[in-house]
Amino acid sequence: MVIGSGPIVIGQAAEFDYAGSQACRSLREEGLEVVLVNSNPATIMTDVSMADRVYIEPLTLEFCERIIRQESPDALLPSLGGQTGLNLASDLAREGVLDKYGVRLLGTPLEAIRKAEDREAFRELMREIKEPVPESWIVNSMDELRAILPKVPYPCIIRPAFTLGGTGGGIAHDEEELLQIGEQGLHLSPVHQILVERSLLGWKEIEYEVMRDSADNCITICNMENVDPMGVHTGDSIVVAPSQTLSDIEYHILRSASLKIIRALGIEGGCNVQLAVNPNGYDYYVIEVNPRVSRSSALASKATGYPIARVSAKVAIGKTLDQIENAVTKTTKACFEPALDYCVVKIPRWPFDKFESGNRTLTTQMKATGEVMAIDRSFEGALIKAVRGLEVSRKALVPTGFEELSEPDLEVKVAVPTDERLWALSEAFRRGWSVERVNDLSKIDPWFLHKIRRIAVGEYEPPEPNVFKMVDTCAGEFESRTPYYYGTRGDSDDYIPSEGQAVLVLGSGPIRIGQGIEFDYSCVHCAWALHDAGCRSIILNNNPETVSTDFDTGDALYFDPVTAEDALRVIRHEKCVGVMLQFGGQTAINLASALDDAGVPILGTSREAIERAEDRERFDEMLEKLRILRPPGKGVRGLEEALQVARKIGFPVLVRPSFVLGGRAMEIVHNERELVTFMEQAERASEGAPVLVDRYFPGVEAELDAICDGEGALVPGIMEHIERAGVHSGDSMTVYPPVTLDLATQWRMVEIAGQIAQELDVRGLMNIQFVIHEGEVYVLEVNPRASRTVPYISKATSLPMARLATLCALGKKLPELGYGYGLWSPAEGRVVAHGEPSHSPVYAVKAPVFSFQKLALVEPSLGPEMKSTGEVMGLDKTYEAAVYKAILAAGMKVPDAGAALITVRDADKAEAIELARTLAEMGFELYATAGTHRAFSEAGLESRAVCKISEGKPNVLTVVRDKTVNLVINTPSENREAEREAMLIRRACVEFGVPCPTSLDTARALLLAMKLRRDGTEVQCKSLVEYCPDRSSQRTTTPTPAPS
Amino acid sequence: MKRHLVLEDGTVYSGQPLGADLEVSGEVVFNTGMTGYQEILTDPSYAGQIVTLTYPLIGNYGINDDDFESFRVQAAGLVVGEASEIPSNWRARYTLHDFLRERGVPAIQGLDTRALTLRLRSYGVAMGMITDREPTVALEALRDTPRYGERVFVEEVSTKAPYAWGVEGKEPVDAPSRDYQCKLVVLDLGVKLNILRRFAAEGCRLIVLPHSTPAEEILGWKPDGVVLSPGPGDPRHLKQVAATVNELLGRIPMFGICLGNQMIAHAVGGETFKLKFGHRGSNHPVQDLKTGKVTITSQNHGYAVDPDSLVGTGAEVTQRNLNDGTVEGIEVKEKMAYSIQYHPEAAPGPWDSRPWFHDFLARVGRAGA
Repeated sequence: MVIGSGPIVIGQAAEFDYAGSQACRSLREEGLEVVLVNSNPATIMTDVSMADRVYIEPLTLEFCERIIRQESPDALLPSLGGQTGLNLASDLAREGVLDKYGVRLLGTPLEAIRKAEDREAFRELMREIKEPVPESWIVNSMDELRAILPKVPYPCIIRPAFTLGGTGGGIAHDEEELLQIGEQGLHLSPVHQILVERSLLGWKEIEYEVMRDSADNCITICNMENVDPMGVHTGDSIVVAPSQTLSDIEYHILRSASLKIIRALGIEGGCNVQLAVNPNGYDYYVIEVNPRVSRSSALASKATGYPIARVSAKVAIGKTLDQIENAVTKTTKACFEPALDYCVVKIPRWPFDKFESGNRTLTTQMKATGEVMAIDRSFEGALIKAVRGLEVSRKALVPTGFEELSEPDLEVKVAVPTDERLWALSEAFRRGWSVERVNDLSKIDPWFLHKIRRIAVGEYEPPEPNVFKMVDTCAGEFESRTPYYYGTRGDSDDYIPSEGQAVLVLGSGPIRIGQGIEFDYSCVHCAWALHDAGCRSIILNNNPETVSTDFDTGDALYFDPVTAEDALRVIRHEKCVGVMLQFGGQTAINLASALDDAGVPILGTSREAIERAEDRERFDEMLEKLRILRPPGKGVRGLEEALQVARKIGFPVLVRPSFVLGGRAMEIVHNERELVTFMEQAERASEGAPVLVDRYFPGVEAELDAICDGEGALVPGIMEHIERAGVHSGDSMTVYPPVTLDLATQWRMVEIAGQIAQELDVRGLMNIQFVIHEGEVYVLEVNPRASRTVPYISKATSLPMARLATLCALGKKLPELGYGYGLWSPAEGRVVAHGEPSHSPVYAVKAPVFSFQKLALVEPSLGPEMKSTGEVMGLDKTYEAAVYKAILAAGMKVPDAGAALITVRDADKAEAIELARTLAEMGFELYATAGTHRAFSEAGLESRAVCKISEGKPNVLTVVRDKTVNLVINTPSENREAEREAMLIRRACVEFGVPCPTSLDTARALLLAMKLRRDGTEVQCKSLVEYCPDRSSQRTTTPTPAPS
Repeated sequence: MKRHLVLEDGTVYSGQPLGADLEVSGEVVFNTGMTGYQEILTDPSYAGQIVTLTYPLIGNYGINDDDFESFRVQAAGLVVGEASEIPSNWRARYTLHDFLRERGVPAIQGLDTRALTLRLRSYGVAMGMITDREPTVALEALRDTPRYGERVFVEEVSTKAPYAWGVEGKEPVDAPSRDYQCKLVVLDLGVKLNILRRFAAEGCRLIVLPHSTPAEEILGWKPDGVVLSPGPGDPRHLKQVAATVNELLGRIPMFGICLGNQMIAHAVGGETFKLKFGHRGSNHPVQDLKTGKVTITSQNHGYAVDPDSLVGTGAEVTQRNLNDGTVEGIEVKEKMAYSIQYHPEAAPGPWDSRPWFHDFLARVGRAGA
């Protein structure tokens, strides 16, 4: 049994799909039967083909125990599911579940994991083996925290025990800050423990990825040097591999220490060791150890070609490193240390472009949602490549965007690490600041600064790449058979010729809010489908965390930025017959015009169709022609026109920039005053393109994905959003099949899909968003590409959507593939005739997961702008049970009893009364703010009035903080004044782990879950195939892939 | 200005000058270690060789006063992708360029070292020349220079006179700086200083003797054991050393490192052969045949012991390279002699095989606590 890492959150992202998928394949290669559990449907690892049985169930003790009872696995492999998997395995062991069912734990023993993760045990062990650890204090209570305040050297670092990506940690510069951050950290740590530690700000931060097997063979896979010195979480640091400024002795002092540590711990598998190194001496401190595969190990795997997860899985079942093949060279063994003959640079991708209010300062708490990696033969080359691939507004180090900044402001920008520091450094050098001065402020090693300076002042001109070289794990010493390349300038090319017509699949770049792992899922399936169809699948992507950049996902991998120039180089090099860009999200779709202009055949949906769907006027014309309704509205430029249009169509209106991801800078605007404020933001985000102003209908939203072949559309299923219109589709809870939409409405949507597919000649995937207003179906938007919901609906309906879409893009017709046009009915395993109902044996509810805990100052309410980082799926035969499981899997607490604080806007009061009544019937005590309290009283409902924050105590904030209430229902108000206070409440809920739905629809869903739990209704726990029998596999012309 | 690396088959790689403005020829080899260029440059085993470093960014941490493996630069020349102009490390004293210039060692940068490495891997190591002359002219000159395999480099790198080494470093042979628990003779075929440092750290005093020292003279020092050092060149040229080792066999515990391993093989009548492109790097896995345990080792050798030639000599193979199966260690049990093909002293490379120093002292019965 393998435990996955659950939904994507900051600090635990796609790297665990990569690790888990690799591990599942690695274990099955050894002849083992694999049972997998993960709540995240957007992963390759939860594909039915990846394990013998796949459970998409909540990652809780209860469900894992049920699965263990049902499956009686011989062993459990816990070290591949991130911190989530490790914590769950520890819980299963502690609760005696593993013993009870005779399940052996594979890999690193739990005792070793405990020693590595429990701060005190770890320090004790380090003392025993004489490895230095920074002075620190373990704190278990507020009293203990107060006691150490005068003793601690400031600044000091606060690290909560057992949290993801350092959640709740930080740097305190004085007693007051320590008290504040410490309190939050104590709360967020599941064991209520924090570590307060001497700050090593300014020391070098070095990491070693190491591996040990049961025979005590120990190797180093890679070492990495953080460009940002100590003080910034390594996930938020620019990182380079291998280390650049360590001499051989220093390299091996640290390597020897790392190996000594994993030996002392008794690790069996991969492990990450982080060290702080004095830039002016041999001394160092051991900072921490991650006794499992991690984000760093994914990076190290991609940086070196060494498949850490694959080897870790084999080591866990008792193989020794010398018995395992080096899967890249296929001529040597896994027991060696990779040699790099290139330089790797990783730059994190942060969500601050979406969260303008967020605090951009980087600390020990990770904030990045994703990262890019770049490979080149020089540091400058790799750095420039990484910046080009980041897909942020700045495409190079110059212009810096800080040209206007005052000298003192620039000094601050250079000194304080933020997502923009790289450009601040560049600006400083552009102004002629010396490396010494910049080093003094930033503490970044002069070696890196010197290189950045060279780029900034134009001394370094990136040479035009003319060859592709191989990542072969051995610096060319041995022949390698794996086509894993990067572009560079050189004399020779490492190309391995191969059979088949080459097709380029464009990846989706770094993971960000709005473009997540779902797109990588589709890319991977596209690559597999191409391979199975006899093509040579070529992947271009620069995201080191993903399955798509595993060295054997495609027939060849090019690890370079997903830009037109890089794509064209690969296309010419591989003589690609065409490019697939519908699977790589907006990143890939945005390259359509450049590639088309260059004469590259775009396979599937044409550039013309893409533009007709995106260009507002042409889109409106098409809908009019097809007599399809859409909310009235217009693309506008400037405030005047916006006001005009808004007056004409009537408020409220939805305002959004065109061509942006995840509803960035999108807002529902209720009056002219708001429009004035908001238009400015939208125009900025729109970067010159028109801003769309549409009538806002507060109806039910729904969406569908369709597979189209130019003749018609196959609709796997219709998804209904649980929150009504106004909440971004990526943040809505979604249910398949629909629960409130009648058959006629559903068929109207299918009909619309067919019409649009034909009209645009869509070949491949298409997503359409609808709003149902007063019985009419309106189209909100059409995206002729793979959407975020493809993996979810693929799994819910057991249709291999990305595969079928790939074949359609290659020119196949759906009937040839064994399918028809219309609505898919999973229960029958066929398309049903027009007007007939489709039957699903199961309800599939998708729930969003947020990372608000990681992002201080970010407003945690739902709106038209997407904020979630990941998703989970709840499957069951009733809607209620599926909702319950989705909520549970999303990590929301489902309280059985207690007290609820309700504070809603006027428009929601009537509905809120109904919800409050249900809560009261369930025995909840009600608290409400003045207005809501009044409404409740009038409705004869008893509640306690709570005052505003400014009015004294107890107030809305204190009832959350002192745990008087364990549920808060709060809807955003149109009154900005009230909103400021509401945001404080919502932040407090995030920080104190109190569920806080910000839409009444979400609240209603939560209540369903609470009721179901109260009533003790039995929910199911089944493997994916048991829920949704896979009737599609025998229909596809090619078998489901079991990639080797 | 352009500088060229010309190979004997006429292949030319062009780049920019680095180090001294001199011309040099030698055997072009590659090392895959990512750190340790200072140690590599000063390792006597690289005598007569032009070393290509496969990691492209070299000189990042400069040259310091400590990390010397002998008292001069031994490599004939150096080939790097890019030499760092501004080194950054607290111990850095010179840039790579300045150091090479001062020591009169020519080097070349700015060429595609991976292309060169793949060529050496495919066609084997080759003679080459770093030159500022027209490549065709240089090629003529290169063809007139003696081939690597024809020269006896040990004579050039071995110490001319005996010296001693203790915890404080080099010292006169007759003036021990303090009491030592053990005395070893090192037969210097091109010893690396870290071998001396490591033994000294274990509480040994070392007497380093010229390679030509006869057996009786070696025994006259009354050592607890003899260490046969690494060194450059084809071991088959060292008939006299092999004879000396043969005389010592069975009379005193002996530990051979690298060339020392090959000398023990020759001493018992075994043979060595030239590897296509050698083993040079910090990541070579070696498996102990008895325990099955694998150690990551530092390596630098172009010749290997032929295992078949050991049959019936009393020597047996104890360790093998996990990648290509070549001999990594032998033992002549009856004669108290054993040896390893890799470098327990590292410098550069991993420290995982350091226990060999202690192990030898244990064998001679002088291991400290």
